[in-house]
Amino acid sequence: MPDPIQLRVNGQTVSVAAGTVVAAAVALVGQTRFRRSVRGEARGPMCGMGICMECRVTINGFTHVRSCQTLCEQGMEVRTDE
Amino acid sequence: MSDTRVSFEVVVVGAGPAGLAAACAAAESGCRTALVDDTPWLGGQIWRGQQAHPTIPLAAHWVERFKQTKAVLLDQCTILGPGSSRILLAEDPGGPRQIQWERLILATGARELFLPFPGWTLPGNFGPGGLQSLAKHGWPVAGKRIVLAGSGPLLLAVGGGLRKMGACILSINEQAPLSRLISFGAGLFRWPSKWGQAARLKWTLRGTPFRCGVWPIGAQGMEQLRAVTLTDGRRQWTEECDLLACGFGLVPNVELPLALGCQLDNGFVRVDAWQASSVAGVYCAGELTGIGGADAALVEGSIAGLAASGHENAIRQLMASRASWRRFSAGLAKAFALREEVARLASAETMICRCEDVRFDRMKSFACWREAKLQTRCGMGTCQGRVCGAAARVLFGWGMESVRPPVLPGRVESLTQD
Repeated sequence: MPDPIQLRVNGQTVSVAAGTVVAAAVALVGQTRFRRSVRGEARGPMCGMGICMECRVTINGFTHVRSCQTLCEQGMEVRTDE
Repeated sequence: MSDTRVSFEVVVVGAGPAGLAAACAAAESGCRTALVDDTPWLGGQIWRGQQAHPTIPLAAHWVERFKQTKAVLLDQCTILGPGSSRILLAEDPGGPRQIQWERLILATGARELFLPFPGWTLPGNFGPGGLQSLAKHGWPVAGKRIVLAGSGPLLLAVGGGLRKMGACILSINEQAPLSRLISFGAGLFRWPSKWGQAARLKWTLRGTPFRCGVWPIGAQGMEQLRAVTLTDGRRQWTEECDLLACGFGLVPNVELPLALGCQLDNGFVRVDAWQASSVAGVYCAGELTGIGGADAALVEGSIAGLAASGHENAIRQLMASRASWRRFSAGLAKAFALREEVARLASAETMICRCEDVRFDRMKSFACWREAKLQTRCGMGTCQGRVCGAAARVLFGWGMESVRPPVLPGRVESLTQD
């Protein structure tokens, strides 16, 4: 097994295997809500393929990144609900 | 910005089965070829994860074959739309890209069709293919109680895949009636590979209820899906679950072909015998021309790649195979045709456009997609109508026959040219 990658989701450290997408890392810390809709509803990933945009999060300060299409990298800072 | 511009004889968009086959055919014919894909991996959605953990020999074969060619891979590269004079405006993690083409092969594949029902926006409701993709990339499914619903052969395939990953599949609910599936299944002997697949899945899924003529009518939960209510048209019942995977088949990703001006036929790109679209130099292959699966896509991709590199003669021997897979595709469409009830699941408050939070009662009064869009902002959010536009076609019969670039969100600097 390759060394696990460590990243932080909302300040919480999580270790994942190489090849894990950021959306999965968010789920692994127990966070089901990725963002709030324009009217405040809870939303999370749906399409898993980069088209519905419901899984978007902030990664290393870049907002609106599709977490289902982005692979985890060592030291990433991920924030949901932004 | 000339350093961001790349130029090729043949540019293939989409690295799924159709795109891989097209890029192989073009590159092996000696054309300077680029294969562009939105993701960091080869194989598209259907073969997602096959590069890291190969289990499908066919996928491994095509990925390997592509790697043997001199084609250039532009991965993690999102196409935003057409620029001027045979240029695609794109961006990758390094910044803006302009991709110049002489012949363009579009193999952008399909996405799942999501139909709105009360509760469908709750976190925990996924597309079946989407959940499988996420699970392959680390989304935790082991021990999770999962209900599958909607329509199409993908339900079984995903059920089998998730079960192998340790999920507890509570039930699989197919909206099509059993009678139609039986007649489709009876004809499968003509495609032995599909027959074998179906038999293996049935074995993997032994013990899991597979119901026909059943569809979801609502999902419940506070901020997170906890249960789904199903019906067979006579009675209703609720199943508690951790995740729901619900999709009503596939719809082609026609945004880029539309932005380029390709003509559609009944929602799919119209192509001739050489996979050429109505726009000179633009070919389309795979799910864009009809939902037929990986085998059909491979044949169409090969044909498009050969046609785009001027090897029309080599195409003739592929035509019989394509015709056979098109019959398979027509059989699929007939067997899994949607019952009208699934187009009427939304209540007045159900959000149809998830990006702009536009409710069903706001949308239903309009005559067409364009009017609804202008008055309610439906389809104008970040997904650009990919989810609600496809749903509106089923719910209201509205077509979305034109798009405005960018076809995906991008940075402003990526949209400027020269």
